[in-house]
Amino acid sequence: MKAHEPLWLPVCGIADILPGTGVCALLDARHVAVFRVADDQLFAIDNIDPRSGASVLSRGLTGNLGDHLVVASPLYKNHFDLRTGECLESPEHSVRTYPVQVHDGLVSVSLS
Amino acid sequence: MKIIVIGHGMVGHKFLEELHQLGLPGAEVTVLGEESRAAYDRVHLSEFFAGKTAEDLSLVAPGFFPASGFTLRLGSRAVAIDRRARTVSTADGEILAYDKLVLATGSYPFVPLLKGNDRPHSFVYRTLDDLEAMRASGAVSRSGIVVGGGLLGLECAKALRDLGLQTHVVEYAPRLMAVQVDDDGGRILRGKIEALGVKVHTERNTVDIRDGATARHRMVFSDGTHLEADMIVFSAGIRPRDELARENALAVGARGGIAIDDHCRTSDPDIYAIGECAAWKDQLFGLVAPGYEMARIAARHLAGEASAAFTGADMSTKLKLMGVDVASIGDAHGRTAGCRSFRYVDECKQIYKKIVVSGDGKRLLGAVLVGNADEYGTLLQMALNGIALPADPEFLILPAGDGKAKPGLGPDALPDSAQICSCNNVSKGQIAAAVADGATTIGQIKACTKAGATCGGCVPLVTQIMKAEMARRGMTVNNHLCEHFPYSRQELFHLIRVGNIRSFADLLEKYGKGMGCDICKPTAASIFASCWNDFVLQGELASLQDSNDYFLGNIQKNGTYSVVPRMPGGEVTPDGLIAVGQVAKKYGLYTKVTGGQRVDLFGARVEQLPLIWEELIAAGFESGHAYGKSLRTVKSCVGSTGCRYGVDDSVGLAVELEHRYKGLRAPHKIKFGVSGCTRECAEAQGKDIGVIATERGWNLYVCGNGGMKPRHAELLAADLDKATLIRLIDRFLMFYVRTADRLQRTSTWRESLEGGLDYLKSVLLDDTLGLCDELEAQMQHVVDTYQCEWKTAVSDPDVRKRFRTFINDEQADPAIVFVDERGQKRPARADECAALA
Ligand code: SRM
Ligand SMILES: Cc1cc2nc3c(=O)[nH]c(=O)nc-3n(C[C@H](O)[C@H](O)[C@H](O)COP(=O)(O)OP(=O)(O)OC[C@H]3O[C@@H](n4cnc5c(N)ncnc54)[C@H](O)[C@@H]3O)c2cc1C
Ligand code: SF4
Ligand code: FES
Repeated sequence: MKAHEPLWLPVCGIADILPGTGVCALLDARHVAVFRVADDQLFAIDNIDPRSGASVLSRGLTGNLGDHLVVASPLYKNHFDLRTGECLESPEHSVRTYPVQVHDGLVSVSLS
Repeated sequence: MKIIVIGHGMVGHKFLEELHQLGLPGAEVTVLGEESRAAYDRVHLSEFFAGKTAEDLSLVAPGFFPASGFTLRLGSRAVAIDRRARTVSTADGEILAYDKLVLATGSYPFVPLLKGNDRPHSFVYRTLDDLEAMRASGAVSRSGIVVGGGLLGLECAKALRDLGLQTHVVEYAPRLMAVQVDDDGGRILRGKIEALGVKVHTERNTVDIRDGATARHRMVFSDGTHLEADMIVFSAGIRPRDELARENALAVGARGGIAIDDHCRTSDPDIYAIGECAAWKDQLFGLVAPGYEMARIAARHLAGEASAAFTGADMSTKLKLMGVDVASIGDAHGRTAGCRSFRYVDECKQIYKKIVVSGDGKRLLGAVLVGNADEYGTLLQMALNGIALPADPEFLILPAGDGKAKPGLGPDALPDSAQICSCNNVSKGQIAAAVADGATTIGQIKACTKAGATCGGCVPLVTQIMKAEMARRGMTVNNHLCEHFPYSRQELFHLIRVGNIRSFADLLEKYGKGMGCDICKPTAASIFASCWNDFVLQGELASLQDSNDYFLGNIQKNGTYSVVPRMPGGEVTPDGLIAVGQVAKKYGLYTKVTGGQRVDLFGARVEQLPLIWEELIAAGFESGHAYGKSLRTVKSCVGSTGCRYGVDDSVGLAVELEHRYKGLRAPHKIKFGVSGCTRECAEAQGKDIGVIATERGWNLYVCGNGGMKPRHAELLAADLDKATLIRLIDRFLMFYVRTADRLQRTSTWRESLEGGLDYLKSVLLDDTLGLCDELEAQMQHVVDTYQCEWKTAVSDPDVRKRFRTFINDEQADPAIVFVDERGQKRPARADECAALA
């Protein structure tokens, strides 16, 4: 493998994620929320909600606000853009995003 | 450029945020803060007693310091400035060099010079440390005195009252809030404050404080009288912290404070002063908004914008005590030459309103509002923007006659430059621009302009402006649920029921657009449940549920959940109680008796939930739906089975009602109470449904509420036999479920119901809409299809699988940490987690 190729860490089968919802994966001690939304698009962002410090974002409701695909934190309902990780209400609470892919029904995430 | 900021309070931090945003290249910024904590929201300090933690109040966004590269030194007090060498020395003996220095040292509370002012258990009200010490003292005190009846003193008195102390306010002047309110207003205000249970003593001049006979302290007044209490808080005004300026020959204002020019510069051009420590044209500002403005000006000036200038600030204020409306605007005392005033006093409702207008009657100069401050926003804007008064200005404060709207100030009357949100300096023009850019909800306006995001006082006006702007642009102001559905909840209910719609995908395709969101998904799920009552975690339905309904528990701030087994009517067998205790012990759950007559077990991790419930179900328990917008509890009193006054079996009825309506999904939660006689020990008249036994049958009360805005329930029908009672409750609840808005309790629904109680009676008792049969049948369907959600969940392997913390690992969430308190565990605070790590 070439050095600059991302290292894909396996997460789960695509069928393990109920459409419209997310799951949390523990990858290299990091909590990563992986969402499966409309048309089986996958997104991965940090699972820790910066506003509360709790590991909960995968448990939020997904949807769209205008052009943003979002998840709403289950605690205080602040919205995160699934593509960019931006917190729409308070950008200082934004989170990281991660590349995610599905191959042969297997979802994997890269931390690079 | 080396910049040092002395003081990390509200204004100091605002300055840092501004500077960070301006992105001054090469700036090396160091902040010295004397307190042990980084900047926090002092304005909302009192909420510390209402359960807010230091973290909740923090003003520093996570990651702010690493991102800005600024250095914050806490517990570090600046003691001297050497202006020639351009250095600051700290109490620890460190010497730091600066090119520009910013003083943001705030104020200190003034403590009157009297003997005994430094006794133990006496406090000032300024910092979180002060409040922590007060709380500790409050725990060993029964009574307290607040010295000073100003804005802050009253806030502090309310806090002492909430700590459960018998509270006194001692004021030197003849009335409360002497600066902001006149004599008549002061009298009404006094009545309001006394109604909170606070004793008010005006015109009292304290001479000394000594040991008391019935309490820790005795406060002796100049007229020879005295007052005793266990704790004393001084809130007799603030003084600017200008000592560093005085010791270093910087000019100070006539009434103290570091003198500054229009650019917030002191007499030394390399030193700025901002916030409460600064005096502009000899004026001191004891409010946060002017300080924020100074912070913006100083940052911009320092970054090279030579024209940035401070032009003074408005000192209008509104007291933020629950249940006591007081506001003061501009020239409240009518001191302007030739001015005239209009007053309105209602001694029954305890309302006092006054406006002060210019001699020619054209402009509003000031106002005082006590007891009801609804007009604050309108009057403030009129005064600030010099808007021409209507011909009969008295109608601005007179109560509106039947059905007639008040001559409010249409937002159209405001100039675009009018400042609407003073906390965040947002003008009407900026709000209109946000609407032009597509914002159509108050949440979006907040997110993109910050208007309304700080003290919240401007939200009503911001909303008005947003709606007016939308109307102007031909956008309809609507009651649409959200951007995905152009319907109200009531309309959606109708569409779902009549169209027999059973899935969100279907609903979206027929009536909506986009993908849905956290508003419409749970609303649709709730309507599906009210109509069809399928298992809430079945198939697609699961993906619509809010976290609470998805995990069938109430989420806690650290991401754990609570477990509440149903105990109908508050009844539980000894064996049941033992089983609950054993489960709590086995899983280490914090256990508490709730206000709803049952037991709550807190702190369960997701993967523990099915295991816990399996054991509870085996012991005969069912879900208590403490997480759902559904029936919570039916509270009961002991009633005729034991009580010597009981006229009927209140427990028996409560148990029966709770079993009948358990599981019913509704626009909001529903609570019942059943009392065995008119003494009303079950507080039924504070519930959505209240039933009280009489000699002649049951009385049915509806639309009561405790909570944020208590409302007494109203009698819907009297002397009912049980079958009629149940039929009426069926109709009432289903009618509410069909027609209420999302998150509208029965009390607010009733308030907004046109025609009021009479209309409700005509629909439910006289069947004027011909709906009653249908409502009853619909309720019967819900009753017949009840299932314990937890039982279904634990016996379905697919559903069970979803209860895990990590999809790829068996581990529990290591971020969840508990500490012990009073023999049980509670979620650790951030500082405790850090200490444990
Ligand atoms: C546990 C309990 C406090 C306690 O320790 O006693 C409690 C706890 C919560 N209450 Fe409550 N309320 C509890 C009794 C009450 C009562 C008293 C009562 O029911 O007799 C009231 C006032 C009565 C009323 O509702 O009219 C009450 C008025 C509220 C309100 C304000 C509702 C309102 O209409 O103003 C909220 C906020 C809301 O629902 O939007 C609330 C919300 C909450 C939430 C759900 C906040 C949240 O979203 O996290 C709390 C979470 C509980 C949990 O994690 O399990 N709680 N809450 C009580 C549970 C009763 C039960 O057995 O189910
Ligand atoms: C209970 C309460 C309620 C209030 N309610 C309202 C309200 O409703 N509306 C409103 O507009 N205002 C309100 N205020 C006032 C508001 O909090 C102040 O106007 C605001 O905090 C001023 O900010 P500041 O930064 O100037 O001062 P502060 O917030 O006091 O910050 C100054 C900081 O500098 C530190 N400091 C001082 N000297 C030194 C030194 N030599 N070295 C290092 N550090 C130093 C202090 O310890 C302090 O932390 C309230 C205040 C209180 C106490
Ligand atoms: S409400 Fe009446 S019956 Fe019930 S406990 Fe109180 S006094 Fe007894
Ligand atoms: S005025 Fe305080 S938030 Fe707008």
